[in-house]
Amino acid sequence: MPPPGGPQLTTPRPRSRRRKVSNVVATGVIALTFLIALVPLVFLVIYVVQQGSKVISWSFLTDDLPFVDRLPGGGMGPAVVGTLLITGAAAVMAIPLGVLGGIYLNEYGGTRPLARLIRFLAEVMTGVPSIVMGLFIYTLVVLNTKEKTGFAGALALACLMLPIVIRTTDQMLSLVPGELREGSYALGSRRVRTIRTVVLPNAAAGIVSGALIAVARAAGETAPLLFTIGIVRETNTSLFHGQNTALSVQIFSNATSPFVPAQDRAWGAALTLIVIVFLFTIMARLVTAFFARRQAA
Amino acid sequence: MTPEDGSMPTLVDTTTNVIDVTTDVGLPLTGNEVPDSPALEEEPERERELVFELRDLEVKYSGHTAVREVDLDIAAQEITAFIGPSGCGKTTVLRCLNRMHDLTPGAEVIGQVNYHGESLYGSKVDAAEVRRRIGMVFQKPNPFPKTIFDNVAYGPKLNGRKRSELSEIVERALTRAALWDEVKDKLKNSGLSLSGGQQQRLCIARALAVEPDVVLMDEPCSALDPIATARIEDLMEELKSEFTIVIVTHNMQQAARTSDRTAFFTAEVDDQGKRVGRLVEYDVTEKLFTAPADARTEGYITGRFG
Repeated sequence: MPPPGGPQLTTPRPRSRRRKVSNVVATGVIALTFLIALVPLVFLVIYVVQQGSKVISWSFLTDDLPFVDRLPGGGMGPAVVGTLLITGAAAVMAIPLGVLGGIYLNEYGGTRPLARLIRFLAEVMTGVPSIVMGLFIYTLVVLNTKEKTGFAGALALACLMLPIVIRTTDQMLSLVPGELREGSYALGSRRVRTIRTVVLPNAAAGIVSGALIAVARAAGETAPLLFTIGIVRETNTSLFHGQNTALSVQIFSNATSPFVPAQDRAWGAALTLIVIVFLFTIMARLVTAFFARRQAA
Repeated sequence: MTPEDGSMPTLVDTTTNVIDVTTDVGLPLTGNEVPDSPALEEEPERERELVFELRDLEVKYSGHTAVREVDLDIAAQEITAFIGPSGCGKTTVLRCLNRMHDLTPGAEVIGQVNYHGESLYGSKVDAAEVRRRIGMVFQKPNPFPKTIFDNVAYGPKLNGRKRSELSEIVERALTRAALWDEVKDKLKNSGLSLSGGQQQRLCIARALAVEPDVVLMDEPCSALDPIATARIEDLMEELKSEFTIVIVTHNMQQAARTSDRTAFFTAEVDDQGKRVGRLVEYDVTEKLFTAPADARTEGYITGRFG
């Protein structure tokens, strides 16, 4: 109940109506764009599941690749093993290095020229097309060792993951409030200890999910593996000896085949890969939630 | 000002044997044992034992002088308050006392800061060692996102205290910070689950747990309500017998209520048109507030008190 002659708190009517209308319109447009963005995703998932489920079975996941492309049968066993092995090796190389790099950038480098250079290069590296990474490892490693191996592929994937991990770590660490660092230093803690016991636990959730997103991205890459890992029809569990294969490469070669059974296998491989990446993502979520809960506790 | 003559308490890097420091001479509150400072037994009329001597102190941030020409003596077991308007350099001076500026890129400390006669900025002085003796409580409560217990145990763990000792140390520190009764049943809860005032007392407990010699407080009550503020002021009064306290405050009443001595800082525009902080007056609190020697001090305190 405004006092007479008091401040006018109600907006004049016409303006208020215009606001209401624009509010409804804007909300509608936002909802619509969201739905449009969902269409390809939903379509993709439904279609891949539909096509892939035709061939998928336990033996599809474990059997060797068929000798003859145009006949049905055979499995993706070597490719599943290859994808897990190569991506795993890439993660083992890229994640520790990337996290340490991110720690250097945010905790030690700051705005020093070296740090700025590394940050710039990491940014540029994120933009390098993945096929160029494949060529780089091909000329650097494969041509020198005269052998295509899973390890060469892992190196190429690691090159792709490294800048992502560096940048997310750098960003996550920069979100840790400076007051926490000061609180630790004020108790006589040294820098390493402060980073280990205060800064990293605080940023752990973000760093872990960033790293797992990088893993998921690498698992789906085809181009860097094309020249680096070669091809096998039987499972090769060695990273360093003999050629290997991966799901992404199998999708590529089978999908470009003119034979229907091969194309079906490509769908099966695609579904398998999506499920693997999906599992990684769920893992990332769980780990993030675990760290978040531990901090809130 | 010749700190490195061998007989002084050592602040140099002692990473190899941290505990050994405590057997050294000079400092009242460094050891593993219960800090029964001999100074406590002396009469109140004793000669003031100087903890800090600041001589012609100047601090620059990226080449710009923030505060200059500060000469100040801070005595043991007293509460010294820094007051003054925003931007007068009082926090800057406070952060010189435990070498917090080392962590600020571009900050430069010029002049002499002596701690028990030893230069804090000597080339062999280890800043981490300095900060173990000179604790700090910040403006905004900043508990670590860890449990209440782990927050308090953080410092003692750094000093290599055994796991078995920790619960006793934590209880003692929380009791001294007047927080024990409120949190004793939930030590495993996050420090962030506490209210603002409790968080600040947790930060005080965390600082006390390392048995510091000095506690620096940077506007510790500015984020708190009057009740929490009153609790912390009472606490400071109790802690005064064991620790030397230096407090920066915006609140003149707080300085008048709690401190033994008060330093008034102000910012002046220098000949290049830049604002530079200066120490105007430093005296016994009662005298500074009732009979200030400097017109600027009088203007500041009367302007606020009306």
